[in-house]
Amino acid sequence: MSGLRQEWEAEAPPRNCTLQDYQGVPARWCPGCGDHAVLNAVQQVARDKQLPPEKTVVVSGIGCSSRFPHYIKTYGFHGLHGRAFPVACGVRSRRPDLHMFVVTGDGDCCAIGTAHWIHTIRYNMDLTILLLDNNIYGLTKNQTSPTTRTGERSNTHPRGNVLPPLNPLSVTLGVTNASFVAQTIDWNPPHLYSTIRAAYEHKGTSFVRILQRCPHFTSHVFTAVQHDMSQVLLLTHDDGIPLEPSMQRLFPNRAAHDPHQLAAARAVAERDDVYPVGLLYRDERAARYDLQTSQGLGKSQAEKMAATEKWLSRYEI
Amino acid sequence: MSTTMADLEATPSTSTVRVVDQHIVEIVSDSGEGAQTCGQMFADLVARNGNGIWTVEIIPAEIEPPSRSRAGASGNRIRLGSNPVTNAGDHADIVVALNEQVLYSRIDAGALRSGTIVFVDRTWAEHPDDEIRRRYQEAIEDFRRRAYTVIEAPIEAQCRQHTDDPRKGKNMWALGLLCAIYDLDAATVRESISRRFSRKGDAAIEKNLALFADGYDWTLANVQQRFRVPAHKHAQPMVVMNGNQALALGIMAAGIEVCSMYPITPATSASHFLANALQEAGGFVHQAEDEIAAIGFAIGCSYAGKTAVTITSGPGLALKTEFLGYAVMAEVPLVVIVVQRGGPSTGLPTKIEQGDLLAALYASPGDSPKIIIAPATIEECFHFVVTARRLAEDFRGPVMILSDANLATGQQPFPKPQLQNSWLAPPVEQAAWDQSVPPFAWDPETGLSRRPIPGQRGGEYVLTGLAHDEASHVAYESAINQKSMEMRSRKLAVLKSALHPPQVHGSAEGDLLVVGWGSTLGCIEEAVDQLRAEGHRVSSLHLRFLSPLEPGLKKIFERFRKVLTVEVNYSDPVDAAFITPESRRYSQLSQLLRSQTLIDIDCWSQVPGSPIPPSRIVAELRRRLELLRQES
Repeated sequence: MSGLRQEWEAEAPPRNCTLQDYQGVPARWCPGCGDHAVLNAVQQVARDKQLPPEKTVVVSGIGCSSRFPHYIKTYGFHGLHGRAFPVACGVRSRRPDLHMFVVTGDGDCCAIGTAHWIHTIRYNMDLTILLLDNNIYGLTKNQTSPTTRTGERSNTHPRGNVLPPLNPLSVTLGVTNASFVAQTIDWNPPHLYSTIRAAYEHKGTSFVRILQRCPHFTSHVFTAVQHDMSQVLLLTHDDGIPLEPSMQRLFPNRAAHDPHQLAAARAVAERDDVYPVGLLYRDERAARYDLQTSQGLGKSQAEKMAATEKWLSRYEI
Repeated sequence: MSTTMADLEATPSTSTVRVVDQHIVEIVSDSGEGAQTCGQMFADLVARNGNGIWTVEIIPAEIEPPSRSRAGASGNRIRLGSNPVTNAGDHADIVVALNEQVLYSRIDAGALRSGTIVFVDRTWAEHPDDEIRRRYQEAIEDFRRRAYTVIEAPIEAQCRQHTDDPRKGKNMWALGLLCAIYDLDAATVRESISRRFSRKGDAAIEKNLALFADGYDWTLANVQQRFRVPAHKHAQPMVVMNGNQALALGIMAAGIEVCSMYPITPATSASHFLANALQEAGGFVHQAEDEIAAIGFAIGCSYAGKTAVTITSGPGLALKTEFLGYAVMAEVPLVVIVVQRGGPSTGLPTKIEQGDLLAALYASPGDSPKIIIAPATIEECFHFVVTARRLAEDFRGPVMILSDANLATGQQPFPKPQLQNSWLAPPVEQAAWDQSVPPFAWDPETGLSRRPIPGQRGGEYVLTGLAHDEASHVAYESAINQKSMEMRSRKLAVLKSALHPPQVHGSAEGDLLVVGWGSTLGCIEEAVDQLRAEGHRVSSLHLRFLSPLEPGLKKIFERFRKVLTVEVNYSDPVDAAFITPESRRYSQLSQLLRSQTLIDIDCWSQVPGSPIPPSRIVAELRRRLELLRQES
């Protein structure tokens, strides 16, 4: 990449990265937590796409899911609550050479980080956003999150949540310039893998909501879905998330959905009788802010000084 | 100094040219009438002439306030001198007002004195609206009672000979008036006008030249007051700009490629400049969705390899504090520019205050040691950015630059910087990282360490705002927490050890030492010089490094009987109800210096929303010196 030192490319020996190359410190999530499955899937995508660990950056906020960067051996940025998005956009703005994942949770993304969420979708920089949605604040011990279902009890709403849950898919699809919106589940590794891989391959901001089991606080929510897959609707399409026919059969409800139709995507997202999984929407032509912000990376020191001198001279008397 | 007008009662036929070593000019109008353009062009002309200048923008709070209103004055103050001018000074010698009501806003601001020569457009005397005519006549009588030298000039009537829309032309006529009074070379002015209006076409140039010439000729024929402020041609190339432009050019000169911001007064004009210019140097301005995202984005850029800058003002600083703490904790190089305005809360958006020192120092929770520097001149606004980027990278953390609204909008000439290749950020390091070196390999003595950059093979690590060990692994152990806190703090002591004690302005010992920081430099030194000329034993000291503080302060302070900070921020007046030595809240720098030196440092601070003029500082210092005399 221009602007970077040349030596690195000369030094890089040919290599084959294995799963071992992406092992960070041992994950400390609870046994049975859906985050483990997401970590495995991301590591597999990294291996299969042969992403050099040093060229891969995982940015997160705060929460259980945001511990993610520590457990994968790449560069990582474990930031502030709700603020993963601006940091990720900043990294991406000048580093088109890096492979980037953003890991966030339903409190991180849909509550404290909402403003950044909306604008990051609009910026459409090349980022793979994984929203690990377990419907609850886990790390701070069982408080209602924006996606907690009506009636669910928590430490902050012991008599039950009175509000309907915020729908992250319809919110994202409501943002101008959204370019990739998908939903998957942590308990079907092939679909999880395929979705994350498709999201990674998409050029632009891909937003993946992952229904994630929390065995500790919301085990009755998605574990129940896991055991009753009639609550899930698999979206199928040639341009959607690829899934082996044998795997498709695990989903009793399937529907064809064209991911290029925004109105249809919004309609599917709004469904409250089933959880649609698969690719809801993709638009490869959406404007990308990172193509703007990375312009000028090739300027030499001499060119920069000449530009500064030109502007400075305007003030000469 | 002030110029008395008593000897200027000349007859119209005999105009006298009075030679003065400095003069203060103001031009004010309704917003949109171009007084600022006139003021800027006049300032530019006198600066080119070789005069020292300091200019201040007079800005209404609204974009287009009602016309002929006291609150709506828009324009410029230009103080010009034979020598370099360091502040906006006291009372205006000449004011050109395009209506009488905007002049009242300057009277309310204390900008005039008896004898000030006031030019007022007399068009309002013939206005069809009875009420406007009445108010104009009342005002003119009032101005005469106030002993201003009032000259009613037929500005609009003259302009109508050259344009159908005199609202857009009076400013060039006024420029002609000023150039005639100060005997500026008309040919140079014509060139300047032609350049200024070149994009608008020949007709616009012709019209403006005609308006200028009319103002110039009318003044020569009808006004006897003439002044000359002798100028020395500059020996070296000079530039003239305001503090925000200097900050912006400093950003470019430092090789900073990303300025991440959210619009906020009075910081934003720096970003306006960069939005045009930075792209040519390979960078860009990111206008974030909010102040928090602005600093987060900058931190992301810095983490990925190149130190970025974020620029804001008080309310924005409040929002940025969480990320600032992160940059301290995770040791991310970052330049944060705070162009201070009046606070607290939304406060006085366009006005001057030095109220964010303690917020900058302490706003983050926990212990968050960071470097804070404050430029005192426009020239320093430029150079301090270059310094700040280097410090941010060498000391691996945020460096805050505290400017203020006075520097932001004031203009001053300074030697044109000779750009250096070494000022630029080096290319992003991408060579393999020695895997045996952890990402926080703190030197046990200095706390300094080098950071791996994404792309460097072998350096993979996770940055975190949680307590962490040298490997950047989350670590809650007591010993590690104690050590990492020490390491982050140690860096400030190391920087302090590399600084020199500040220079005292005046004698190194005496009765009274005045200590200041930021944009008050010129006012304080002018006041001190005046009192020293009268034989008083008073000196001053101006701090540029506020965290860490420059070394040797206690020794310097001990050589004076009394140390007093002069600041544009709030402190309790000593004689107010309920205020006792125990309850009194001190100004911000004095609090800092008291705790650092254990010396009973006093303060005199005010929050007028404008620079404290030298005369007020002189008056206060005189009072203090008299108290000291009585004590001894």
